Amino acid sequence: MTTADTKKKNKPNVSELFGKIFKRQIFIPIAAVLVLLLFNLIVDPGFFSIELTRNSAGNPVLSGNLITILNNGSELAILVLGMTLVTAASGGQDISVGATIAIAGSIILRIVCGTDAKADSASFGIVLVAFLVACVASMAFGAFNGALVSIFKIQPMVATLILFTAGRSIAAWINNNQLPTVSDPSFGYIGGFIPGIPIPTPFIITVICIVLMALLLKFTNLGLYSQAVGINESSSKLNGINPIFIKFLTFVILGLCTAVCGLIKVSRVSGITYSVIAQDIEMDAILAVALGGNALGGGKFNMAASIIGAYIIQILTTTLYAYKIESTALSAYKAIVVIVLVIVSAPAVRNKTKAFFAKLKAKAAAERKEVA
Amino acid sequence: MKKRILAILMVAVVMMLGITACKSGDKKEDDGLIKVGIINNDPNESGYRTANDRSMQEMFTEANGYKASYAYSLKNDEQIAAAQKFIQDEVDYLLLSAAGTSGWDTVLKDAKAAGIKVILFDRTIDADPSLYEASIVSDMAKEGETAVNWLKGQALKEYKIIHLQGVMGSAAQIGRSGALDATAKELGWTIVKQQTAEWSAEKAQQIVQSVIDSKQSFNVIYAENDDMAKGAVAALDAAGISHGVGKDVIIMGFDCNKWALEELLAKNWNYDGQCNPFQATYIHDIIQKLQKGETITEKTIILDEKGFDAATITQADVDNYGI
Amino acid sequence: MKDNVVLEMRNIHKYFPGVRALQNVDFTLCEGEIHALMGENGAGKSTLIKVLTGVYEKDEGQIFLKGKDKAVAIHSPQDAQKLGISTVYQEITLCPKLSVAENMYIGRLNGIGVNWRKLNKDADAILESLDIPAKATQQLGSCSLAVQQMVAIARAVDMDCKVLILDEPTSSLDEQEVAKLFKLMRDLKSRGVGIIFVTHFLDQVYEVCDKITVLRDGQLVGEYEIKDLPRVKLVAKMLGKELDDTTEIKDTSLVYDKEDAGKHVLEVEGLASVSGIKPFDFYINKGEVNGFTGLLGSGRSECVRAIFGADKVVSGTVKKDGKVIKINKPIDAMKNGIAYLPEDRKRDGIIGDLSVRENIILALQVLKGFFKPLSKAEANKFAEEYIKLLEIKTASADTPIKSLSGGNQQKAILARWLLTHPEYLILDEPTRGIDIGTKIDIQKLVLKLASEGMSITFISSETDEMLRTCSRLVVMRDRKVVGEVSGDDMNQSKIMSTIAGGESK
Repeated sequence: MTTADTKKKNKPNVSELFGKIFKRQIFIPIAAVLVLLLFNLIVDPGFFSIELTRNSAGNPVLSGNLITILNNGSELAILVLGMTLVTAASGGQDISVGATIAIAGSIILRIVCGTDAKADSASFGIVLVAFLVACVASMAFGAFNGALVSIFKIQPMVATLILFTAGRSIAAWINNNQLPTVSDPSFGYIGGFIPGIPIPTPFIITVICIVLMALLLKFTNLGLYSQAVGINESSSKLNGINPIFIKFLTFVILGLCTAVCGLIKVSRVSGITYSVIAQDIEMDAILAVALGGNALGGGKFNMAASIIGAYIIQILTTTLYAYKIESTALSAYKAIVVIVLVIVSAPAVRNKTKAFFAKLKAKAAAERKEVA
Repeated sequence: MKKRILAILMVAVVMMLGITACKSGDKKEDDGLIKVGIINNDPNESGYRTANDRSMQEMFTEANGYKASYAYSLKNDEQIAAAQKFIQDEVDYLLLSAAGTSGWDTVLKDAKAAGIKVILFDRTIDADPSLYEASIVSDMAKEGETAVNWLKGQALKEYKIIHLQGVMGSAAQIGRSGALDATAKELGWTIVKQQTAEWSAEKAQQIVQSVIDSKQSFNVIYAENDDMAKGAVAALDAAGISHGVGKDVIIMGFDCNKWALEELLAKNWNYDGQCNPFQATYIHDIIQKLQKGETITEKTIILDEKGFDAATITQADVDNYGI
Repeated sequence: MKDNVVLEMRNIHKYFPGVRALQNVDFTLCEGEIHALMGENGAGKSTLIKVLTGVYEKDEGQIFLKGKDKAVAIHSPQDAQKLGISTVYQEITLCPKLSVAENMYIGRLNGIGVNWRKLNKDADAILESLDIPAKATQQLGSCSLAVQQMVAIARAVDMDCKVLILDEPTSSLDEQEVAKLFKLMRDLKSRGVGIIFVTHFLDQVYEVCDKITVLRDGQLVGEYEIKDLPRVKLVAKMLGKELDDTTEIKDTSLVYDKEDAGKHVLEVEGLASVSGIKPFDFYINKGEVNGFTGLLGSGRSECVRAIFGADKVVSGTVKKDGKVIKINKPIDAMKNGIAYLPEDRKRDGIIGDLSVRENIILALQVLKGFFKPLSKAEANKFAEEYIKLLEIKTASADTPIKSLSGGNQQKAILARWLLTHPEYLILDEPTRGIDIGTKIDIQKLVLKLASEGMSITFISSETDEMLRTCSRLVVMRDRKVVGEVSGDDMNQSKIMSTIAGGESK
């Protein structure tokens, strides 16, 4: 049977059409987004309104729940870019990203604020230098994790447990346990709005990161190699791929993603609290990868589905904040939705639905043949 | 194989460094100094804890007649292990800010048997009061009352409050929420939104943003710590809503971080309630009394805590009380 | 149901996305019978077996077992086991990290408090009675493939089954081991066990089987008594056409005869690797097909792995076209025009979840470099070209390679290496577990490629096959090269005597 055969069909029938849609990995995450948005539309038709207002500094800004979702989902979306690659290549997850974000943020503030833990002005130059230093440091921490995983063959979760435990202490140590703050409003542009541009800056940064990742996947073999390594390391090796380097590389890329997240995070509040910044973001990032329908055991991945997974989590958070839910019940609500989403996007469930529709299709085809 | 063992060792070493930074003093002969073992929470936990630890470090110096050893952990069992070690080291006083309230009976009995006097600070525990000499604590409920009374005194025409709670179940959250809940009920204040932001500025920002997006009006933000107030203010700024003295929205925070008091001084915020981390002087007084053979009559000592109003705060207040 | 029938499958249907794997298939097995299930790759043998053992759910049809009035429902391998149906699969499905005994008893221990001491003893007794060279407490992964296969059989035997399915059990066994297995099969047969034997080895079928059921394209061709169906007819039934004599594929016109025909493409001196092979010398000429032969574990694969840089080389030099080259890792070999199709397709060959297309272009892609991915159109073009060229049966180029049958997987891996246009192609057991049609295709292809100037090393457990394709054989024993046969010396008996140590004669 060749492709030509399957294309040569008489009439598209409903089950075939659905079968085709269901087959796509990205279907479930998109459906989840639509369901969550539909729920909001029904409960509060005003949920989707977007307005152009002015912020305190008098600059035009867009506001509304959708903008909030795109804005606040940025860090997670950036993080899953790296997390997806790490998952694919190493078959495990990096749980130290939250701690590494704290370190990156701490480094940025250390350079911007100096030893006073206070900065009244933050020039573009110094912020850029600070960010670049944070990038280098985060990539070094990524390399540390990557080396443990690829060279020493330690399970990713165990390897990254080191930084997970020690990272926030390192972050605090960088600033001598002080809590630096930046009072220059221009520092807040990164996590807020650049004067004259009504779109939240974090979202712009996210778009840039996604484009860069898309280019990376298009103009290099990173995607193919990391999947190959994740599926069959031994075979990849015999095809001339260096699995150690590929795994290492994915961790370094994830390190770079955490540096960008760190910059956005410290800019949002012009400061840092070591124990609270990017708290539990590693779990959300792993969840986003899973919600995207990617196997956490490594192998094939779908980057777009992961990114949508990240926004699903943010939509859920924003939705829960938008309604009067008791503080104590918040996590329970979140857990219920997450369980449902994880189950429907599990590869096993997807394969079942896929098989179900394939069966319908094959039967239909057989019947048609008999009639003919 | 060798590589793997090496790596595991690396893991172990780094993890130990990460969890506890344990500085224990050498055991030496009597040199006239009072030996104290101090068990505290991790100073990285918050600015409050950092200030608390700093006040301890500044007080219990050799110049002041002390020889101090420190142990830090956010985990009860690690703290208990540290306490046992201090007992073996035969310290004179064990100063304890417990991570959890229970499980301390046995080790405190051991301390008592060894003639070591125990002073609790910052947090109480579920144990027989005879096991410790004194307990120096903040009254979170009173902090809340002070703040709510101040709010009552503003005599607003109408109260529409966004209430940002800390981590649910923590002492600070229970005390500070309790005061507001009671008064709001009594006086018919509207709580526009009550949600936990888990002490996080980012989460507070998102919650306030969601209220703004849903077009509900409000004129007070009651945040149970400074970070959350800061996050809330970031959301207001983005939406162009004015805040502070004489503006549309009243901003209230807790903990008296230096930067927060500066916001008050700049009249961007309205109120900040103190949660006094400077407990070392109280402990010092108690130790001096005990050394002279006096007895402590009142075991529970409530710290003096202030509330600062943007209208009256001075630079001196910022310098003295900012943490 | 007749009295002596233990298993009857009726009107079995099974659909897969884009493929009708089984259509209206009947199958009957009697007590004390060894019944061969034959067919080309993709004919539906494995699917039928998997339906019977509960790995797949059948879409239609009924299964009857002796002693049960109604059709039985088999939803999982556990169900099948309980009903007395045991299977030994083509690919080893045991856990290499567990011990031999653990593998033998896994999945059928109930409750807690297992007495391992006793189980180990039992296991040892079974292993001994079957003459299997393994210890109960040994880690399974440390045994050779052949022994692992035999442990799998021992496990099935111990389960006291009424229906024993052997799915390509002999493909990784050498002749001695096969003989041992056949003894065991006849033993079980005399005890009344019905055995379904799936294999590609025609000789073996005629040696042990009583009946043959032939499948083709998911449909039943027929059931035959062995005496009624001569070999040629069987092959014809399987292929659906009459076949010219398979032994005569060596076409004398297919010889590379350019002026550089005798030139050494690759020369190896004193090469040894961490795998423990003794330093060996080796050369290959342009347009030549040679082979490594020897018993299982004699070091055939290890030699070529050393040449390809798959195992870490510890000594020796490799010269290509007279110049010394350094091969530390596979990519170095690939850059020097060497390609290697590994012995264990599942472990070292396919990248299961990736599509056929990605599997085909992988090696070329790696050679082109990290920063030069093939465009989608190029990749598609190459994939379609080779799918057509090698007649790979797949629903589309997008299909994950793991859902293809073994022979088609192998063809895809072959396509992967042909796409790199190697000067020197190493094929390690390219025809293992593959149906006869594909086998001949591959042999013909090898000769054709050589006639066009490619140098090829062809390794196979089947000496026949090597004699048909190779012009020179390197003989190995105990991880050492012990001789070479070529020209008129190339015949079974000479090879056997060399393997057995006859070179001193």
